[in-house]
Amino acid sequence: MNRIDKKFKELREDNKKAFIAFIMAGDPSLAITKKLILELDKQGADVIELGVPFSDPIADGPTIQKASERGLKSRTTLADVFKIARSVRSIIQTPIVFLMYYNLVFHYGLERFVKDAIFSGVDGVIIPDLPVEESKDLRMIAKRHAFSVIHLLAPTSSIERIKKVSNASTGFIYYVSLTGTTGTRVKLPKELKLSIKNIKKITKKPVCAGFGISTPEQVKEVQKAADGAIVGSAIVKVIEKNIRKKDLVKKVGSFVRTLKGA
Amino acid sequence: MLPDKYGKFGVFGGKFVPETLMIALEELEKEYKKTQKDAKFKKELDNLLEVYAGRPTPLYLAKNLSKKTKRKIYLKREDLLHTGAHKINNTLGQVLLAVKMGKTRIIAETGAGQHGLATATSAALFGLPCEVYMGEEDIHRQALNVFKMRLLGAKVIPVYSGSKTLKDATSEAIRDWVTNVRNTYYVIGSAIGPHPYPMMVRDFQSVIGKETKKQILKYEKRLPDYMVACVGGGSNAMGFFHPFFKTGVKLIGVEAGGLGLNTEKHGASLCKGAVGILHGTKSYLLQDKDGQVRIAHSISAGLDYPGTGPEHSYYKETGRAEYAAITDKEALQGFKMLTEQEGIIPALESSHAIYYAVKKLAPKVSKDKIIAVCLSGRGDKDIDIIKNESH
Repeated sequence: MNRIDKKFKELREDNKKAFIAFIMAGDPSLAITKKLILELDKQGADVIELGVPFSDPIADGPTIQKASERGLKSRTTLADVFKIARSVRSIIQTPIVFLMYYNLVFHYGLERFVKDAIFSGVDGVIIPDLPVEESKDLRMIAKRHAFSVIHLLAPTSSIERIKKVSNASTGFIYYVSLTGTTGTRVKLPKELKLSIKNIKKITKKPVCAGFGISTPEQVKEVQKAADGAIVGSAIVKVIEKNIRKKDLVKKVGSFVRTLKGA
Repeated sequence: MLPDKYGKFGVFGGKFVPETLMIALEELEKEYKKTQKDAKFKKELDNLLEVYAGRPTPLYLAKNLSKKTKRKIYLKREDLLHTGAHKINNTLGQVLLAVKMGKTRIIAETGAGQHGLATATSAALFGLPCEVYMGEEDIHRQALNVFKMRLLGAKVIPVYSGSKTLKDATSEAIRDWVTNVRNTYYVIGSAIGPHPYPMMVRDFQSVIGKETKKQILKYEKRLPDYMVACVGGGSNAMGFFHPFFKTGVKLIGVEAGGLGLNTEKHGASLCKGAVGILHGTKSYLLQDKDGQVRIAHSISAGLDYPGTGPEHSYYKETGRAEYAAITDKEALQGFKMLTEQEGIIPALESSHAIYYAVKKLAPKVSKDKIIAVCLSGRGDKDIDIIKNESH
């Protein structure tokens, strides 16, 4: 059982829902990323999602696109992000998953990627442009190393696809709450809760919803139906706004505290 | 018959897209397969290609170039088509398909603007609203096409991210599609993107090669020895080559050499790239040592793309085709050559193929050889660039 499975087991036993926070590695620098990870942990993030900057993030809206550009500007490579993970792993036990595009994994080499991830204390990966049909090789390697490959479901996924994806996904299932790219929305789709319920009828694996979730109210609402809520762009916006300020980490921390609504 | 049921050409191709789009691709593939068996659809498209787009296009024996090189050089005149390039072959097919599927909105990406123009034209013909994503840099260098698209009622949306060219326009079109997938049809303009696009675009463009075959058999009673076409995403080349796949004809794709293959500024993914994944497909790709996609460069906006179609990667890997590159400077010479010697003003994209055929290939092969070149588009759109270059 890896850290993700353990975490969801604990949450389930305590009748709690997960709060998952996303930040982009190297935004604005690796040193700050390390501080932010520790802060997210301190504020009670149950899983930390770490973005690896990529030149062409097709599933991301403007906020995370810009964060990705800042990450590339600070010359953040996959090897650097592994290093950061390694350096926090001796301090915190919170599960860490990478969010990255497939070319970076493919280019690094699948086997090497999974081995280095495990060695760095990274527990899983979310790859938005890698559907189940194309992920077989990666899943086979991941299985040998108890590394999670978290697949996504969307509002457009058919019952057959929900079955296929639920079977393949390990760690949890990432439900994309709306048809669109990442980014904050004023309102979440009405059918969101029903869609999650329908998925949960098919699978026992944890289902966490992301995309568009940005306020404490939305987090709470999503957690009513899902096993967890994922917030990305809203946190990245706080980073963007305070990017040159000394109390950046503190500002992000207090925002995450309100989101988590402890 | 490739691609296989997973959309693969050997190891290339596939569907590397967000889950949201998977169902749309499955639906598209199903509907496309239906139209292939539908005699009515085929008749409707063939009729449009004939009376609206202007097919068949001539296969012209370039009189003066042939005399000069002492080799027979034929030009497949896609430049004579409505909207000025081969792109209309594909957009009429795809927009007709969109109508059959009941989609109510058309989107497209464009580099040189030829695909955007052809899509806007096809959408106007069928009365569908159309939005075209175009990199800001391309909007400047292809202003004429932007103006034409707007006249046709299309909305041209500038893309400011990344290199501000075709690569980023494609990313932005994919993001739009993810958002509006339920009512929107995304018309991809090259033999790129996730399955079934590379297959579909190839099939719609194969009319180029099929006609060429018929015409050359009529004129020469035999197939050509060499076929040459420019390759960015590679749709004109694939449409030209594909009907000759099982023949012994030597196929040569010409990529954008930009400032030279020994520099970082070119668009030659097949000559200099490594296998990677971009815009939904696995293919040769210009990327740095970390797997970040590199910014391509070419004087021709249509070849200014860091990736290429997966079937070209397959042709390269299996040795079925060869790929070479022609620099910006050489392409400009090709442009001048064809304009002055044949009275045909070619697109800068096609000028790459012209230069290669006349200057690199013809002198190397024996005098009895026949070379066919795909003249994929006309040069009106490039006049401003030529003006600036000759200053």
